[in-house]
Amino acid sequence: MGSQKITIEPVTRIEGHAKVTIQMNDNGTVDHAYLHVNEFRGFEKFCEGRMYFEMQMITPRICGICPVSHHLASAKASDMVAGSPPPRPASLLRELMHMGQMVQSHGMHFFELAGPDLLLGFDADPAIRNVVGLVQANAELTVKAVQLRKWGQEIIHLLGGRRVHPSFAVPGGVNKALQVGERDQILSGVDEAIRTIQVGLSIMKDWAEKNAEDIQKFAVFKTGYFGLITPEDGLELYNGNIRQISQDGKQLERFNPASYLDYIAEHVENWSYLKFPYYKKLGYPGGVYRVGPLGRLNIANHIDTPLANEEFKKYRAINDGKPIENTLYYHYARLIEALFAAERVKVLLDDPDILSTDILNTHRNFTGHGVGVIEAPRGTLIHDYTTNPNGQITAVNLIVSTGHNNWAMSEAVDSVAKTYVKGPDVKEGMLNRIEAAIRAYDPCLSCSTHAVGQMPISVDIVAPDGSLFETISKD
Amino acid sequence: MSKPKVSSDWLAGCAGCHMSLLDMDERILQVLELAELRSTPITDFKEPDASGVDVGVLEGGISNTYNEEVAHKMRSRCKTLVALGDCAVFGGIPAMRNFFTIEEALRRAYIETPSTDESGKIPSDPELAVPTKVRALSEVVPVDIFVPGCPPDADVIFYVLSELAQGRKPELKDELLHWH
Ligand code: SF4
Repeated sequence: MGSQKITIEPVTRIEGHAKVTIQMNDNGTVDHAYLHVNEFRGFEKFCEGRMYFEMQMITPRICGICPVSHHLASAKASDMVAGSPPPRPASLLRELMHMGQMVQSHGMHFFELAGPDLLLGFDADPAIRNVVGLVQANAELTVKAVQLRKWGQEIIHLLGGRRVHPSFAVPGGVNKALQVGERDQILSGVDEAIRTIQVGLSIMKDWAEKNAEDIQKFAVFKTGYFGLITPEDGLELYNGNIRQISQDGKQLERFNPASYLDYIAEHVENWSYLKFPYYKKLGYPGGVYRVGPLGRLNIANHIDTPLANEEFKKYRAINDGKPIENTLYYHYARLIEALFAAERVKVLLDDPDILSTDILNTHRNFTGHGVGVIEAPRGTLIHDYTTNPNGQITAVNLIVSTGHNNWAMSEAVDSVAKTYVKGPDVKEGMLNRIEAAIRAYDPCLSCSTHAVGQMPISVDIVAPDGSLFETISKD
Repeated sequence: MSKPKVSSDWLAGCAGCHMSLLDMDERILQVLELAELRSTPITDFKEPDASGVDVGVLEGGISNTYNEEVAHKMRSRCKTLVALGDCAVFGGIPAMRNFFTIEEALRRAYIETPSTDESGKIPSDPELAVPTKVRALSEVVPVDIFVPGCPPDADVIFYVLSELAQGRKPELKDELLHWH
């Protein structure tokens, strides 16, 4: 047989547009596989000239799955631009909205996007390997998953008036206080949400036990890890400093996120619209790192809520407390975070300040520059704005969660292709595993290509001489 | 009679319109009773059936050559095409890019941003789609049903899909027609 190229496009059950190309050797093995993020929208340019307080409504349109992350990162950047730190109750309410999003995003990912691979199998018929197949396989579980997402979305709706693209955070605080009835409505659903997440966890652990071998050979590799952290090294999703660790788990840096430019930079490759961030001191690609659930649980040494912390201990024991490198454990880490978020909702709602009407700092001490950083469901999100003295944006820099994982996703695609794809008779299930490697990172390709567009992923398998061997369509 | 087939895809949007579709919550199961999901971002078929589908739903405007291809394929394979959300209806927020040249937007993102290192260049691999002016879906292919909103409410999407699945043409007026 000759050399060949296989293309997977679009990669499905992820957010946004991606394409994978696989170059095959003459003997039917994989030479190299590429993940192409294939869209660009240009937010960094077209926000120039807008007012800093419009950014909370414009930037969420980068991503409809985690619009709350952009809404809040933007508000935090604008707090600094205006020199107007929010009162404590406003920060609690913002964090509450953020926890609602964590639950809905993580829950949906596990049950509705990646779940079909785990529950129905990587090699299941593509016609049923989706949420409809899940309904047929386990209707009760699917309804529970839908209700979990609904509970998270309702927190966002109660605070911000709508589920997708809410209007809530403004420079200096938020525009609405929480009412007693609303607090009680959210509280009444917490226990059920926790139970559903625990069901997810037991499914995950069962699956991990039965598929231990796959987990060990499926895209396991070394990188650094990066994310927000509490002062005591606990899991943190909303505030705090950034902790960066090496591949062996040693702390490399701990810094105020506003100075991110001193520590990280982005590399550009010609074959992707998504840039490749790395730790400056180690250069590219030596300084690549991972973010998101796997990264966050690797930089933390505990979780501040009891149920999630119990799970965390078991999880970290898998690799004797050393960083966990297995791509497929993203799913496990994600559920532990969802559990933390649901527990954290309770903690926030029990805080005496949560019903306060002291929610807006109207004092302004205008600085014209601000950096807002938050842990979005998929990882660290950075919004950096500069304005003129009138508050008009003159420069925007955005580094989004999925971007930090770009190198890792590319590595995962290449490694899984080399492990599982064997010619000449390439099976659909082999290709689905490549997509599953991308899915594990739960990429948000719209987010990552905010720069100009979204990210389509396609996979081509090409021979060393560049000739196309085969394009496999999943139809 | 077999169930009507529905395909959907996202172009230059943010996935928020599809999220709003999921915000139907339990009513999704009702829609699944009425219609058969074919290619969508949450299923594993990569494109609408060559033999055609009854309803095609597109989120997002057209911002590059790949969006154009997807829109044309969907149009040629579906009987009724729905433009879902502001981006598809008139270009939405991404159309703000049209105030600048594509070159300016690309330079900012891949060369000028302060975090980009000296490897900065505009990606140009032949595998990548080429950005174009951002356009409404109807500027590229004929559209049958326009559903505005950023995103449209789940109630509105439920109404549109269940009407179409039962062979009726949805009419958006009164409380079903709003732009927030
Ligand atoms: S209309 Fe709004 S919600 Fe829909 S894709 Fe466009 S930006 Fe996202």
